[in-house]
Amino acid sequence: MNAIAAFDEMHANGHGVRAPYRGLTEWLEKTDPAALEQKRREADILFRRLGITFAVYGEGGDIERLIPFDIMPRVISAEEWRFLSRGLIQRVKALNLFIADVYGAREILRAGKVPADLVMTNSQYRPEMEGVTLPHGAYTHIAGVDIVRTGEREFHVLEDNLRTPSGVSYMLEDREVMMRLFPELFACHRVAPVGHYPDELLKTLRSVAPASAGDDPAVVLLTPGAYNSAYFEHVFLAEQMGIELVEGQDLLVKDSHVYMRTAAGLQRVDVIYRRIDDAFIDPAVFNPDSALGCVGLFAAYKAGNVTLANAVGAGIADDKAVYAYVPDIVRFYLGEEPILDNVPTWRLRDPDGLAYALAHLEELVVKEVHGSGGYGMLIGPRATKAEIETYRARILSDPSQFIAQPTLALSTCPTFGESGLAPRHVDLRPFVLCGREITVVPGGLTRVALRAGSLVVNSSQGGGTKDTWVLEGPDALDAAGAGRD
Amino acid sequence: MLSRAADNLYWMARYMERAENMARILDVAYRMSLLPGDERQQRTQWESAIIIAGCEDAYEAAGGRFDAEGVIGYLALDPANPSSIRSSLQGARENARAMRAQITNEMWESLNSTWIEAHGVDSAALRSRGAREYFDWVKERSHLFRGVTAGTMQRDDPYRFVRLGGFLERADATARILDVMYHVLLASPADVGGVVDYYQWAAILRSVSAFRAYRKIYRDTITPMRVAELLILRADMPRSLLACITEIERLLTDLRALYGRDYQSTRLAASMCSRLRYGKMEAIFEQGLHEYLTETIDNNVELGSVIARDFMRPG
Repeated sequence: MNAIAAFDEMHANGHGVRAPYRGLTEWLEKTDPAALEQKRREADILFRRLGITFAVYGEGGDIERLIPFDIMPRVISAEEWRFLSRGLIQRVKALNLFIADVYGAREILRAGKVPADLVMTNSQYRPEMEGVTLPHGAYTHIAGVDIVRTGEREFHVLEDNLRTPSGVSYMLEDREVMMRLFPELFACHRVAPVGHYPDELLKTLRSVAPASAGDDPAVVLLTPGAYNSAYFEHVFLAEQMGIELVEGQDLLVKDSHVYMRTAAGLQRVDVIYRRIDDAFIDPAVFNPDSALGCVGLFAAYKAGNVTLANAVGAGIADDKAVYAYVPDIVRFYLGEEPILDNVPTWRLRDPDGLAYALAHLEELVVKEVHGSGGYGMLIGPRATKAEIETYRARILSDPSQFIAQPTLALSTCPTFGESGLAPRHVDLRPFVLCGREITVVPGGLTRVALRAGSLVVNSSQGGGTKDTWVLEGPDALDAAGAGRD
Repeated sequence: MLSRAADNLYWMARYMERAENMARILDVAYRMSLLPGDERQQRTQWESAIIIAGCEDAYEAAGGRFDAEGVIGYLALDPANPSSIRSSLQGARENARAMRAQITNEMWESLNSTWIEAHGVDSAALRSRGAREYFDWVKERSHLFRGVTAGTMQRDDPYRFVRLGGFLERADATARILDVMYHVLLASPADVGGVVDYYQWAAILRSVSAFRAYRKIYRDTITPMRVAELLILRADMPRSLLACITEIERLLTDLRALYGRDYQSTRLAASMCSRLRYGKMEAIFEQGLHEYLTETIDNNVELGSVIARDFMRPG
């Protein structure tokens, strides 16, 4: 098992400390390691007291488990962020045009830029959405785009999470905890704030209310309930935005309008930030066994009397098979070269891709097209011969269900573990908001693979989180402005 | 606010208040059990705690013994007993968790850390810590929660549902404590009006934090009728029935004004309140205290279900 030579975000692989990390390095030199250990324990206590927990599917007993938090921040320079945010906004803009097109005129399919069957037979395609138009053409009101870094100027989009991306509460709480633990670090850095994210989110949601809603639209957050793995986040966001956190049982549809049951009687609902999947929103149209949604919701949506965020059917653009075409999608709609690269991807539905992948399984990462959360993937260089053979059999039974990518050397950041500071692999999930305009709060969720050498950052598989600092440079005003489209 | 939220907030407060009252009941039983007395009297103290909690059938079915270890284990720690302190603290925390967006962080943190600590207390931990210390801790956590609620929560409708739950639970507990203890003490043949009797009535007063108030108000020996008066008709005693029902009436009147609707619960609370406000001890004893309190307990239950109908299950 070879160690992959990864880009070290602090030390740039022996070329000295990189500029964004200089302040942190100086501070570390002055700080007693025992004091760091003390801070780590304080962080644990803070998180537990705040009740920040993350239920993991399949774990019995106590469903509330603490998601590990690393006290070393990940630092991104103003210039790097400007680049990233321009790329993110470009990508999300193109993806929204793509989704609107797919459920509308289908120009991109007719132009042959994306294979029609890939879209039309996709399990994420919702024929119910054909011909439906949405306020501002916004489908992916909240996108959590996963980015990995492999070099000084090399960033790749790993996946576009366009359905119900989670994790933003960790971005906010990590910052909150860091500011309590290390006020002196913030005093000597100019870290762009992230605390206004809920405000931006509410502004975005209000901007996509149906025209009939008037000046003060009622926005609610629809959660599957307390046993959902991201429930804490639903509570947190509803609280931060000051909106009602509703479950399906709280909603009622009458004459194609949505109402919620309140202590004072029924109240009209205009925008639903839903954190349940398409399949569960309305048992009359989708999964008939769903107890999470509300009968009649889709009819009200189609009639334009309520807005759902994200839109039904947005998943067609974050499918791993469609992912490979995103650079073409950007070119087709915007006439621009994509700013952010994809990871090179072989589609195993193509005979060439399949042949290549089967011949190189031990060096590739193979993923299920519809998988998520890091489940059901093969990391060739980390797998045993037996695991590879088992996976090969799975691929052969239905190759169209898989894509393959080179094993990327995810960049590393110093991480504080049992044996002190050590580099660990990280990724980044910034949150892009899309309503009347497209915005990105400077920062995101940095996930870190806590085990030495591990490349899996998912919290469901033992990953942790770090606070993500975007530094404000001398050109701080530009950096803030870059978030606006 | 959502109907479901009203329901959660109301129960959150009821459970927290229930935990406190259970601690008070156990504390009084514990104090009394330390007084000299024969085995039968000892047993009576612990039995009465079980009866106040309304658990006599379940406890006997579970084969529980009427001694300190058995009763404290069941009423304080048993997760299988839905009215135990442990279950109540869990219930308060679960209801809060279901409605975190409706309460302040301080309220959540208070309930959550209470539950985290209570979760780790088993019978060994209780013994080494001391039962009385544990009961005091539960009371303190309840005081803290009430204080945090008063000090941080916006005075809008959610606040009123929290208060409603607390007062309704407290009215219920006061009525039950008085009913059962009165029965136990007057049925006890030994030493009526004597030293032990004094300590027992004093213990009841202490259980509702009313010992000093009694002294101040009556400046005289403790008599059963005055104890009853203090806990039923005194408007200035924070745990008396009148004080609780007065608060409930006020809260329901606020909600009526806030929502601009007419509710059955408001009317029922008003009639319960005027009955207490103009009540006389002589008349209550003429009717029979036990009969009077049984009626009161039934009224409290009825008020609870009318509140649920009015606010928590709209069409």
